[in-house]
Amino acid sequence: MNRRTEEIGAPELPCQVRKLLDSGQRLALVAAHHDEGAVRVVYLFVSGPPDTRTELHVRLDPDQPSVPTLAHLSFPAGRFEREMRDLHGVVPREHPLPHRLVRHYHWPRGWYPMRPDAGAAPPFGEQEGPYPFLAVEGDGVYEIPVGPVHAGLIEPGHFRFSVVGETIIRLKARLWFVHKGIEKLFEGRDAAGGMRLAERVSGDTAVGHGLAYCLAVEEAYGVEVSEEARRARALVLELERLHNHVADLGALCNDVGHGVLNSHAQRIREQLLRLADATTGHRLLRGAVVPGGARLASVPDPALLARVAVDLGEITDLALGHATVRDRFTGTAALGAQAARDLGCLGYVARASGLSADARFGHPFTTEGRPQVPATQASGDVLARFLVRAEEAQASLELAARLAAELRPGDMTVPLPRRPAGTSGTGIAEGWRGAITTRVELTPDGTLTRVKPVDPSFFNWPALPVALADTIVPDFPLANKSFNLSYAGNDL
Amino acid sequence: MSVIGAAAVAVQVGGVVAGAPLLCGLMRQVRARLEGRAGAGVGQPWRDLRKLLRKEAVTSLGTGPAFRAAPVLLVATTAVVAALVPLASTATVVSGSSDLIVVVALLALGTVTLALAGLDSGTAFGGMGASREMTLAALVEPTILVSVFALSLPTGSTNLPAIVSGALSDPDRLVSPAGLLATAALAVAVLAETGRLPVDNPSTHLELTMVHEAMVLEYAGPDLALVELGAQMRLTVLLGLLASLFAPWGIATTASAGALAIGLAVCAGKVALLGAVLAAAEVFWAKLRLFRVPELLAGSFLLSLLAVTASYFLSGA
Repeated sequence: MNRRTEEIGAPELPCQVRKLLDSGQRLALVAAHHDEGAVRVVYLFVSGPPDTRTELHVRLDPDQPSVPTLAHLSFPAGRFEREMRDLHGVVPREHPLPHRLVRHYHWPRGWYPMRPDAGAAPPFGEQEGPYPFLAVEGDGVYEIPVGPVHAGLIEPGHFRFSVVGETIIRLKARLWFVHKGIEKLFEGRDAAGGMRLAERVSGDTAVGHGLAYCLAVEEAYGVEVSEEARRARALVLELERLHNHVADLGALCNDVGHGVLNSHAQRIREQLLRLADATTGHRLLRGAVVPGGARLASVPDPALLARVAVDLGEITDLALGHATVRDRFTGTAALGAQAARDLGCLGYVARASGLSADARFGHPFTTEGRPQVPATQASGDVLARFLVRAEEAQASLELAARLAAELRPGDMTVPLPRRPAGTSGTGIAEGWRGAITTRVELTPDGTLTRVKPVDPSFFNWPALPVALADTIVPDFPLANKSFNLSYAGNDL
Repeated sequence: MSVIGAAAVAVQVGGVVAGAPLLCGLMRQVRARLEGRAGAGVGQPWRDLRKLLRKEAVTSLGTGPAFRAAPVLLVATTAVVAALVPLASTATVVSGSSDLIVVVALLALGTVTLALAGLDSGTAFGGMGASREMTLAALVEPTILVSVFALSLPTGSTNLPAIVSGALSDPDRLVSPAGLLATAALAVAVLAETGRLPVDNPSTHLELTMVHEAMVLEYAGPDLALVELGAQMRLTVLLGLLASLFAPWGIATTASAGALAIGLAVCAGKVALLGAVLAAAEVFWAKLRLFRVPELLAGSFLLSLLAVTASYFLSGA
């Protein structure tokens, strides 16, 4: 891994960032830190292969922290800056969209929850004006507000559709209803205590977030994990991808009213969850990846995985062979390659739009844990996302069987040293939604001072309204399910 | 005559009211079993209705008479249709008034009442559902009208009992090109009218995709019970009408108690069979994209037009 850290002054930031972006790196993470006597902002740029990570550290005046905005250079940078302003009070100068992102309007003015002196959450203050929804005007335009409380088991998010007839002209997704203060909760924990929290950042991505966190902690401690443990980690990472992909392939069929395939997909998912329980002792695979290695209670039976592969193949074939289902998927909510690239999309959303972003190739932690080639499609519609995920599920089954054949159950952990070798580390893992980046900082005695996880949903949420332009309202649930973004992982 | 005839009307209305939730339960059970689920049992819709009827009546703020009157009107219009349509017997006290155009108008009245209630609720979903329902209704009502009209041509009357009796005395009519085309057209129209797949998905929780359910989202308690019962009765009556028009055997044509009992049993059996077949077919269908639904309905309207044309030319009238 090629890792580089540079201390630079705030004025030269845009110039440096432009150079890094032009050299093909992407902005993966921005985190503000409240050091003694300074506010320090870390910009992490990554690219791969070869695995390259560049950190820019900028020190700011703690009384009036402000940075020149990068929104004109990178769309995700603009969102990171708004998040940082809301949580840390670091002002991005000349930001093109300076209104609140994370903090809802009833949060008191001038209170920044990530500052060391923030204290307990104050009572909700006076509304700082109404939320600035852009009103679309014109003949026959009307608005449909949906949520934040939905029918069914869906996380909270408010969607405001501006519609003519049935065609969506504009969609505003208002999120950030589930701020839990996870980044603050990490502070002061040790590596093992942080792990328990990392696995719970987004319930369906226990391994992805846990693994990114472990990789970051291990880099800070200077620990080399055994090759066997890396393979065990790759195995559980694929098992997680698998149960989520299977559930969503079924749910996509259910959303077009073809419930029988959903019933069967849920049956397969249940088999996979029981397999997960047998493999790790937890149905959602918690506790398998630990700082320093991995633990397996048992190893999956390749014959079972082969049976699941046949079963799943039958379901996807039936879905794709069904004229109505295929018609509903084809051309719905298409996200173009250029838009996906500009927005910084990750995971299957990016791969369905023709980009080949996959951290298993770009930032591998083992040479074993990846399929032959990333699954990609060009059309960017619901069908493309369905096909990418069906292909990935099959590749995961193959990969899991290959990894399982070489693995033995047991504890494959090396103990962490008493004191970390460095003070910071970064971890990147390809969770089922896409690349998860986590950066940790520790004190010399191993206490976490700052952990910043970034879920791929943070990058992918803005792509949903873009893909929905000219889609009809009754196709929105299908399009939304095909993205299946995390609310909890997005809003820490 | 008139006692048995009056009893026939009571039996038809009572049978539809009591049987509609059971039909719905049967269809859900068939679907569940075919999907590999245990299912809630045939009696579940009745248990749901009982639960809803026990609840307090709540109406949302700002709703007016259209919203409050709709559930009762929906059930009432459907009950009148159930009385008029020859389901168990063609010899009822009201068979003289059982006109095709009256029946279609009563069904349309129920649809429009519910759409007005959806608009009256003042929510985006109510308006959206009402707009979709009206779009579909504009295509469905003419299809029902024209396809039954095709069957009325050989009889020379738009009186439904006369059409059914005519078909009984001359079953060849049913397998004539006009009869088959009309069957296909009416079957599609019934699917759309009752909000079944592939036009609407009755079991979805996704508000944005709903048609019928979107209009009634604001209802709760006893009002919701009436709306649900009304929808179930419409399904039952329309399936019953379909069965009587295209497989009229077993229906009572004389006003005798025995014939009426047989007619009721045969009608219940036919409707249950049709419902089970529909539920089984739905397992293999998916919901069409909303903008494709008019294509399907225009197709069924065309079939009904062809049925009329065929009926006109081939009967040599």
